[in-house]
Amino acid sequence: MADDLFNSFMNGPDERGRFGIFGGRFVSETLMPLILSLEEEYDKAKDDPSFWAEMDHLWKHYVGRPSPLYFAERLTERLGGAKVYFKRDELNHTGAHKINNVLGQILLARRMGKTRIIAETGAGQHGVATATVCAKFGLKCVVYMGAHDVRRQAPNVFRMRLLGAEVVPVTSGRGTLKDAMNDALRDWVTNVRDTFYCIGTVAGPHPYPAMVRDFQSIIGKEAKQQMLEAEGRLPDTIIAAIGGGSNAMGLFYPFLDDESVRIIGVEAGGKGVNEKMEHCASLTGGRPGVLHGNRTYLLQDDDGQILEGYSISAGLDYPGIGPEHAWLHEVGRAEYVSITDKEALEAFQLSCETEGIIPALEPCHALGHVMKIAPDLPRDHIICMNMCGRGDKDIFTVAKYLGFDMSDTEGREVED
Amino acid sequence: MTRIDAKFAELKAAGKKAFVAYVMAGDPDYDTSLEIVKGLPGAGVDIIELGIPFTDPMADGPTIQAAGQRALEAGQTLQKTLDMAAEFRKGDDSTPIVMMGYYNPIYNRGVDRFLADAKAVGVDGLIVVDLPPEEDDELCIPARDAGLNFIRLATPTTDDKRLPKVLQNTSGFVYYVSITGITGAGEAQAADVAPEVARIKARTDLPVVVGFGINTPDKARAIAGIADGAVVGSAIVARIGQGEPVDEVLDFVRGLAEGAHSA
Repeated sequence: MADDLFNSFMNGPDERGRFGIFGGRFVSETLMPLILSLEEEYDKAKDDPSFWAEMDHLWKHYVGRPSPLYFAERLTERLGGAKVYFKRDELNHTGAHKINNVLGQILLARRMGKTRIIAETGAGQHGVATATVCAKFGLKCVVYMGAHDVRRQAPNVFRMRLLGAEVVPVTSGRGTLKDAMNDALRDWVTNVRDTFYCIGTVAGPHPYPAMVRDFQSIIGKEAKQQMLEAEGRLPDTIIAAIGGGSNAMGLFYPFLDDESVRIIGVEAGGKGVNEKMEHCASLTGGRPGVLHGNRTYLLQDDDGQILEGYSISAGLDYPGIGPEHAWLHEVGRAEYVSITDKEALEAFQLSCETEGIIPALEPCHALGHVMKIAPDLPRDHIICMNMCGRGDKDIFTVAKYLGFDMSDTEGREVED
Repeated sequence: MTRIDAKFAELKAAGKKAFVAYVMAGDPDYDTSLEIVKGLPGAGVDIIELGIPFTDPMADGPTIQAAGQRALEAGQTLQKTLDMAAEFRKGDDSTPIVMMGYYNPIYNRGVDRFLADAKAVGVDGLIVVDLPPEEDDELCIPARDAGLNFIRLATPTTDDKRLPKVLQNTSGFVYYVSITGITGAGEAQAADVAPEVARIKARTDLPVVVGFGINTPDKARAIAGIADGAVVGSAIVARIGQGEPVDEVLDFVRGLAEGAHSA
């Protein structure tokens, strides 16, 4: 497959920024010139070895890449089937994969002479990564965060403020990630001259989905190399969690033309994918529409109004999904499934108990699916799962669900 | 020739500038909104922009956003907005209606079905904020083919290199956005806007109207004086949002219209 360029899955997007019918540039005229100049700058940077040399240097010395590929031995024993590896992107500086992309965009912003960086954030990981890199380069940073997320992710709000960023709580809508993105776009439309919008996922108008994917692809490139070193062959299955889908796209992209590799994306099933829409599974429970600059699968009502998603994980709480995922879903190259809050919490505990790794709630969704399929797979089947974030930020949420009173310093269980 | 073309020809013959008013369909509820819309021509409005409510109006400020939320909470849908246009047409066959909003509700209904319905109920033009010229085959070209004007926004960031592309498939009029920013924010300055309008008029025979940042009769007069017309939205919508009675809202609109018409 890889030697036939015409059948490659890695050629997208086209010159209009589309993956099949998905993607595009659905933005107001005010933003259009900015997006075109960003595309031009990115195309230049992409072919400039000095840009990638700077990225590699920062990835190694500032982020701590390559992240390890780790054989989860006790977890594998417990599940009793496939051999499970974690790609340890939770060990990155700032605790998640988000910084891979932020570094790329900030270097680009510097090349473009922009002095003010804005970002949206859900769980706060992208906001923290952006605030971090802005601090490193002495850039002004403004982070839009849904008011609801500000409350449930207080530690990350404090981190961003420590790093010198201004955190703006967004109260429109239900105060989650989609509303934060709306307000970031409003800021950008108002401050077009000096501001660079650092988008945290593989969504938004072209060139963002492709650009963010390219920056995150370091995950998959490393994983492929490391797997060849560890096992002498490619994995049989690769799995990652999906909100907007950047960690998943980063892992998947280098494997798209490796026919033997099964690719599974795991969406947030919330309280269950049903007509009540208490989930964020855009591919499983949504349909194509246009939002935030791109056409993709969206959670929406009969009138085309966007619905608020729901998930225990703030990082997956987005009613859309990156357009390249929508395309991979339609052409059938990747499978998309969903995992509920309850299943993700079971995965959280299993990772803590068997591997001594406290995972973020986002990758717990991927692990939840590993728990479902691994036991029925043969022992020589290799799974590579992206452990894309660590769970420090989530301990309060998990404690609440497990009935553990964090305010009680003795740490006693709460009686109902 | 659409009602929009006819209206501008009529205004030109009378030596008058256009006054364009925006209201959100279904705000605060269907009946009140219809009553306001029906009253606009009598208050001096030449062209009505009828907002299509959307949950995520990314180019709008808090005033228009809140209006959309009120309308949606009161049960407004794209179908009801079309119904409202049809009701209005029963009593007025000359005032142009431009439906203005975002693409998703239209895409969700189906472009062909939407265009056929819009044409049938007497809508004359469309402004869809998140469809730049790069996406013209989505709705702009089909709308033109269906006999509807597709009115494009030109902005301070639309440079000379880009302007021909923006004007290319535009019809009816050009809507110049006076500020970089969202609706309801900032103040349009006639002195800043005049050279921009001249720049656009040098490249098109279409009328150029100016919107964003116009909120008083004086401002409407100043802006209309350097263009072919002025648009007011947020300032009217804010009064509807405060629960002002319909006749007071229309009195405010009348003042703005007189301002624009005195230019």
